[in-house]
Amino acid sequence: MRRAALALLLAPLIALAAAAQPQSGFELMAPETQAMQRDDTANPGMLWVQEGEALWQQSGCAGCHGDAAASMRGAAARYPVYDEARAGPIDLAGRINQCRVERQGAPALALEGEPLLALGSFVAHQSRGLPVAPPADPRLAPARAQGEALFRERRGQLNLSCAQCHDDNAGRRLAGSPIPQGHPNGYPLYRLEWQGMGSLQRRLRNCMAGVRSEPFAYGAPEYIAIETFLMSRAAGLLLETPAVRP
Amino acid sequence: MARTLINLPRNPKRGEVIEIRTLIQHGMETGYRPGPNGVTQQRDIIRSFTCLFNNEEVFRAELHQAIAANPFLEFSMLVTESGILAFTWSGDNGFEQTETRALTVA
Repeated sequence: MRRAALALLLAPLIALAAAAQPQSGFELMAPETQAMQRDDTANPGMLWVQEGEALWQQSGCAGCHGDAAASMRGAAARYPVYDEARAGPIDLAGRINQCRVERQGAPALALEGEPLLALGSFVAHQSRGLPVAPPADPRLAPARAQGEALFRERRGQLNLSCAQCHDDNAGRRLAGSPIPQGHPNGYPLYRLEWQGMGSLQRRLRNCMAGVRSEPFAYGAPEYIAIETFLMSRAAGLLLETPAVRP
Repeated sequence: MARTLINLPRNPKRGEVIEIRTLIQHGMETGYRPGPNGVTQQRDIIRSFTCLFNNEEVFRAELHQAIAANPFLEFSMLVTESGILAFTWSGDNGFEQTETRALTVA
């Protein structure tokens, strides 16, 4: 009873704090799920990180990049970055495939396939604990603006925009589930609902299908624009890869 | 080979009860779900898990369809001596994997 009263008193304060600085979806999870993410021996995402480490050695990434703990630290915190060849932003998965095709002469890995998710989680895992630091590159501004426009654009049969849930109603509940602010600070992540690993693009497709709109295809520039915007929105949040989400 | 994560305390004392945690990468396909083509997918799950300590069984579990993918199992064991722990997961389609870990008493 006293606890409930305290929570009521604190609620507006928490809401104010949330508006001031981004809050990770981690904070809204059940204590059991949080414990699962915190403990590397219980976090199923670590299986993919392990797999990624093996792939890093096997597919010759280590030949140029050496020890990932040093060379890849911070990479996930700044991506998507501007890419000359694309004349636009490129995400981490896109960079891994670009590196394979152009420098290794190997075929690109299938988007959302297990090997790419594994490599992506291994690389992103090296930045765990670092704050999201989107680059101040002015060439990324158009993508950020496009991403923000998509974020605020109403979509689908339900005619909802991302912002209507994740800005206006974050912290409240949609049916039984808390609505997070929607920050991309733990991807690729292990989602209990998927019983597997997934990228930010898979999560975005989920939400798009949820409001009954047609999702873009994997790898579409729209997703990368949204990711560029979301990373600037999440600036300062600590990376959690591999995160666990319900 | 499926990836596994096994967590043991580093140097347990004799007579101590330790917690052992295991996690294995496995899809645990129930056999009830239709695939993308509408045809029910074949069951593919881990059926049993055993843990041997110096070839003596210390823990066994039967797994069923309702168990989530990438099953996580945690159990405890009384430490009496140093030895080798062997973890075996076996299941449908001839799935069988054994991992071993040395346990050293402090």
